[in-house]
Amino acid sequence: MSMNSKSKAWWRELLVPVVAVLVGLAIGAVFMLFTGANPLDAYRALLSGCFGSPVNLSETIVYVTPLICTGLSIAVAFRAGLFNIGAEGQMIVGMLASAIVGYALTGLPRIIHLPLTILSGMVAGGLWAAVPGYLKARFGVHEVVNSIMMNYIALYFSHYLVNGPIKDPNLASPYSPEIADAAKLWRFVGGHGSEFRVNSGIIIAIVAAILIYRLLYKTTKGYEIRAVGLNPEAARYAGIDVSTAMARSMLIAGSMAGLAGAIQVCGIQYKFLDLFAFEGFGFDGIAVALLAKGNPYGILAAASLFGVLNRGSQMMQLLARVPKETAGIIQASVVFLVAAEGIVEGWLPIRRMAKLDVAGKEETR
Amino acid sequence: MGKPQSVPVLEMRGITKQFPGVLANDHVDFRLNKGGIHALLGENGAGKTTLMKILYGLYQADEGTVLVDGKDVSIQEPNDAISLGIGMVHQHFMLIPPFTVAENLVLGAEPRKHGIFMDMESAIAKANEISEAYGLAIDPHAKVMDISVGMQQRVEILKALLRGAEILVLDEPTAVLTPQEVVELFEIMRNLTEQGKSIIFISHKLKEVLDISDHVTVLRRGKSIGTVATPETSQQELARMMVGRDVELVVEKGPASPDESILDVDALHVLDHRQLPAVRGVSFSVRAGEILGIAGVDGNGQSELVEAITGMRRPASGRVMINGCDVTGVPPRQVFESGVVHIPSDRQRHGLILDFTVAENMILQTYYKAPFSRRGELDWETIHTEARRLIEQFDVRTPSEKVAAGSLSGGNQQKVIVARELSREPELIVAAQPTRGLDVGAIEFVHRKLIEARDDGKAVLLVSLELDEIMALADRIAVIYEGEIVGIVDPDTVTEEELGLMMAGAMRGPQPKAAGGESR
Repeated sequence: MSMNSKSKAWWRELLVPVVAVLVGLAIGAVFMLFTGANPLDAYRALLSGCFGSPVNLSETIVYVTPLICTGLSIAVAFRAGLFNIGAEGQMIVGMLASAIVGYALTGLPRIIHLPLTILSGMVAGGLWAAVPGYLKARFGVHEVVNSIMMNYIALYFSHYLVNGPIKDPNLASPYSPEIADAAKLWRFVGGHGSEFRVNSGIIIAIVAAILIYRLLYKTTKGYEIRAVGLNPEAARYAGIDVSTAMARSMLIAGSMAGLAGAIQVCGIQYKFLDLFAFEGFGFDGIAVALLAKGNPYGILAAASLFGVLNRGSQMMQLLARVPKETAGIIQASVVFLVAAEGIVEGWLPIRRMAKLDVAGKEETR
Repeated sequence: MGKPQSVPVLEMRGITKQFPGVLANDHVDFRLNKGGIHALLGENGAGKTTLMKILYGLYQADEGTVLVDGKDVSIQEPNDAISLGIGMVHQHFMLIPPFTVAENLVLGAEPRKHGIFMDMESAIAKANEISEAYGLAIDPHAKVMDISVGMQQRVEILKALLRGAEILVLDEPTAVLTPQEVVELFEIMRNLTEQGKSIIFISHKLKEVLDISDHVTVLRRGKSIGTVATPETSQQELARMMVGRDVELVVEKGPASPDESILDVDALHVLDHRQLPAVRGVSFSVRAGEILGIAGVDGNGQSELVEAITGMRRPASGRVMINGCDVTGVPPRQVFESGVVHIPSDRQRHGLILDFTVAENMILQTYYKAPFSRRGELDWETIHTEARRLIEQFDVRTPSEKVAAGSLSGGNQQKVIVARELSREPELIVAAQPTRGLDVGAIEFVHRKLIEARDDGKAVLLVSLELDEIMALADRIAVIYEGEIVGIVDPDTVTEEELGLMMAGAMRGPQPKAAGGESR
């Protein structure tokens, strides 16, 4: 009985996102028909754009990696009942810190310099998130407003730094100097200049997902975070320090977004490049976390889907002459359907099961 | 109308409703007489609400017929029910708190001016008209969020009447009311039946059913056990019909043998959430091996007192000592560590995390300690084993320890809390309304557990709004009125009338001895 109900819950959890993805693809197909394109050709192009050649596959993974980290960032905060909309800014300060530690220190062995560089990005992101986290825990200030504002502070602060104090004087463009080789992540194929940009950052991201899962479900700190997120009043009754758990989850969330930035710098860019606008990894991370329903392993899958759609859309435009914005429509429909879970459940027989739960509970007080 | 007591205004015949895995209603027959108050009695999950939801068109029956005024009717949705003159007052009110009473009353059928504007004046006139017609006084200008729960219920009843209800279904209407409000509600119900309305009264409180109804139909596990005329039955018989076995309505207990004092409260002052004084200079002590009952009408400082003792609210002044240690104003965890457990009055808000599994809920205060965790790592195997042991020992009806606590019935949710708290080997048990919303079987269980704990030498502080519960369990009764203890009395010598007067602030009883005099 218990096994049965558990496995049932498991496939039910999975069913909604899967159906949402399929319906999202169908909706995308309708829009393609409007533009006069053949959806089958388009989706074939999308797949080949992602997996069709080794470089394409490599680029897809490169795009997926930071999405995993920002997805984890949002998920961890969400588990404590907080909405970390500031992953974007936390990622920027992560990039800044890693770039600075990466180029400013020289002559260190890789075994020290690389971890130090990555760690500095995580710490910077964590501290950036700790500001709204502290304000929330201490004064009850809503974290959404503060973390959005922290995004802008991070963006313009980075403009200032990269156009002044940390600008590479030898270049005309606003770039920071390149980080030391000892601070670069290993690219799987070829050296640091390889056209295959896929690097060990993806392994770090997957390990991070595993660690976050373990944190949430296997440790007392994770238990506290989940308890606070689900029912802060009950957590307080039980003697859990609600403020500390919230602040801690924000700190971890920020360090995950910071990790995304560190991996971008150490694995891909090797320097801080001036940003004209937000890159969107932090915001896409919200969609990824939502699609994964906050489950760290689900985030691996959801980030891959978003990475595939984003990367593949370029090829879709090239081969099937479908505007790449179509991919945006698909993404938006998928997120929409997952958010409006009830709609999808209404299409499926699981609706009846949900009613069963209600029937069992109806006279519950 | 002829003979008012025998004309059926509503008949439900052979109603059957199957949910996957649960037969919620199994050929249930139900017959409501014109002008009657018919109680529908049953434990949680017996099928009362399902039957009424079928009547109101929220569910469709698999089998069976519904007759209104002798005519076979089909009720597909609530609008059908409303047009047949069936009105429902849900247990959880369907009102919009920031709207006024008048706005809520006309909601969905707002009178209009110039086609698009709401005609507030005629809405208010309508509200006044209906409230006068049925003698239910309301203030149409008041916002719903500013009026008492009893008043809100009155608005719900008026809402149903305004839509032409002849048959009123009241789903557990007393669960949210204070004793005085219950008296008022019963008066309203009697008035309504005099005006020809018929009422279905859903409840699991035997005393209320005996007080107000003329007929009782008892459901158990989806089946109708029988219908009896109220004057011809008793609490014992109804309890037996509900539970299917003899129930001890008052659990037997021997005399207390109190030992040294465990909890000492001294001149405690506590402010409520609006920073107004809620507890004003309370002193008492609870000794090992006794149950001290705090009796009082809701809102006289009980919750603030409990919160101050359990560390959830910092007292303004005074002292709380547990086993001689000062725990005034320390956080909940420190209070628990000094040997206190707390059964909170609101199990869904404080007692449980409904989305957590039963097992996760069982370690809510102890997760950070061995054997449930080591060096910050949870030991799920031990946690689940222990949860299964407690489920077994406290007879929690659940498919497994891995289901969400929120999927259990109210009684079983409470058993999870009781199991968790009593298994923590306390010296002091603070039980706030430990049987709120439970049915007779579960009440008997919780009462027995509290008495067992007392006989085992624990100190028990019982806070309850149910006078019966206090009378049945307490070895001493402290009456609280407007934040003060107006007397500590012996349940064997005090009468219910005296207690009632003290609870209403009209009489003072013997005062507790000078603070600290007895305890230390």
